[in-house]
Amino acid sequence: MDISSINWILLLASLMVAATPILLAAIGELVTERAGVLNLGVEGMMITGAICGFAVSVETGSATLGFVAAAIAGAAFSLIFGLLTQFLLSNQVATGLALTLFGLGFSALIGQGYIGIKGLSVPHIHIPVISDIPVLGPILFRHDLMVYVSILLVAATWAVLKYTRAGLILRAVGENHDAAHALGYKVVRIRLMAIAFGGACAGLGGAYLSIVRVPQWTEGMTAGAGWIALALVVFASWKPWRVLIGAYLFGGLTVLQLNLQAAGLKVPVEYLSMSPYLITILVLVIMSSGRSRAALNAPAELGRSFHASS
Amino acid sequence: MNFRTLLAGTALALGLAGAAAAQDPVKAGFIFVGPIGDGGWTFEHNEARLAVEEHFGDAVETVYQESVPEGPDAERAMTQMALGGADIIFTTSFGYMDPTINVAAKFPNVKFEHATGFKRADNVSTYSARFYEGRAVQGTIAGLMTKTNKIGYIGSYPIPEVIRGINSAYIHAKKVNPDVEFSVIWAYTWFDPAKEADAAKALIEQGADVILQHTDSTAPQAAAQEAGDVITFGQASDMAEYAPSPRVSSIIDNWAPYYIDRVQAVIDGTWESTDTWDGIGPGMVKIGEISSAVPEDVKAKATEVMESIASGAYHPFTGPLNKQDGSAWLAEGEVADDGTLAGMNFYVEGLTGDIPQ
Repeated sequence: MDISSINWILLLASLMVAATPILLAAIGELVTERAGVLNLGVEGMMITGAICGFAVSVETGSATLGFVAAAIAGAAFSLIFGLLTQFLLSNQVATGLALTLFGLGFSALIGQGYIGIKGLSVPHIHIPVISDIPVLGPILFRHDLMVYVSILLVAATWAVLKYTRAGLILRAVGENHDAAHALGYKVVRIRLMAIAFGGACAGLGGAYLSIVRVPQWTEGMTAGAGWIALALVVFASWKPWRVLIGAYLFGGLTVLQLNLQAAGLKVPVEYLSMSPYLITILVLVIMSSGRSRAALNAPAELGRSFHASS
Repeated sequence: MNFRTLLAGTALALGLAGAAAAQDPVKAGFIFVGPIGDGGWTFEHNEARLAVEEHFGDAVETVYQESVPEGPDAERAMTQMALGGADIIFTTSFGYMDPTINVAAKFPNVKFEHATGFKRADNVSTYSARFYEGRAVQGTIAGLMTKTNKIGYIGSYPIPEVIRGINSAYIHAKKVNPDVEFSVIWAYTWFDPAKEADAAKALIEQGADVILQHTDSTAPQAAAQEAGDVITFGQASDMAEYAPSPRVSSIIDNWAPYYIDRVQAVIDGTWESTDTWDGIGPGMVKIGEISSAVPEDVKAKATEVMESIASGAYHPFTGPLNKQDGSAWLAEGEVADDGTLAGMNFYVEGLTGDIPQ
């Protein structure tokens, strides 16, 4: 029918909200991968964070405690992966997939008693003065706290990776763990910290879904967001700001899809529903066609196990 | 998730097999499409199941399986229930239609009751409620309450039952407010809070200040509450935790009397394949309390519509009505027949957009 009935300001604002879970999970995974660890368990960590965060926020009545619990749960969950891959040297791809499957089942189990329970209502923060700027105000400055936290997290990740010694060490471990080891850095310990950070971020992303965006608990509610986050890291070629752009692009697609439908646009629903995944595949194909890993900026040791003896 | 269902199913089958030896109480099985805690459709079916248990006491034993996907897995779940000695099995979602017919053919001695479908067999009955009667009441309230004249409707699947609801709501909203417009979003799910919430938000962003839903979760209510100044209606269940606003009224499915009737028929040996389609009059569809957020005159008008439908004086699909393409459907004073309603696959005149095929 007519696209003019779509309120673009509100659409862009809800795009930011829709993108936040993916953004949080992706920035965590980015750090993990920069340390040379490929954790395919993002979906599992997200959903664990979603149920733990929801349960704690409902029991305590505090969204903040919910997010804290989700981060802890996500980190703890990811350390299962850390233990298996870093100490027992299991295959990272297989272990990550197992983590996703385990997370989906585990969350369904602990979530039994929370189905259909009403969540909290999280206040939006209208930043004084700037939230009144026309157009930009409603789009950028009238969200809940976690939206800003996610953006700050991207900025912090970028700054740490680029400008600090800690970031340099993390990248060194990801690019050449033998050299980092020879220099005396504790490769396994650093990787474990990166994995835990990734888990905590994924947990926050999941909790954002169950505490703010829906807000309710259902089995499998992350519905593939973790996989999109994983693809996003590749799409962003392991650069934090590109993750931000990618997340808003993908988050936007899902929201735009529903808006076009509501506006009565004659677009087959099935195509719109599959569009985020199609674009993910497309990006992966384009990015991996005829170029070397180095050109893609991938960490050289991504997915390889490290043992001091080897 | 599938593994979990499998485990649950296996446990159920084992439990049933053990109990079947006793042979004594009549066993009633229920296949649910969502979790019993969905607060909507499945919740009400489960309430009715509990009512059956309470009514018959030790004479009837009930078993159920929740969150059974509409597809091949449903056949497995039904087969297990039938093998486990169930005497009557209620399959409570439209998508179980073909699986029910298939499984029923293999178990001629087990009675099947399929909700909202239209395929019957010697041992398969169908039952449904005339939800569209409730939609007429909702449409009346929606049309009178909307300030933006935009009403959002979250559809699940484009099946006759849902299309009937959209048409009925639209006709009655239009009747009291000629400027009203409907936006329909197809969610392609019965129960997915995240998607339902997003759909509700998209509709609200486009100016809808009334949200009707044909999906089962309370997520759209939560989205409306957050947006403020938007009203919603409870779907399938009262959803009273969101009253008095955003939830201003609701359609409540009341299956208990029917379930008790049918189980009684099995006990008496008088069960026959039937087709039941009851509405507000017989009490299968109930209208949840119209809350204090609705002005008195609107409430009076809605109650009037409800009572005229309940008494049989008025049918929600009464001519003159045209189809969306402008062709004539019902002449002045003509009433839609049940056959057309059961297979309804068209919008009435005035609705925009296409029904996905």
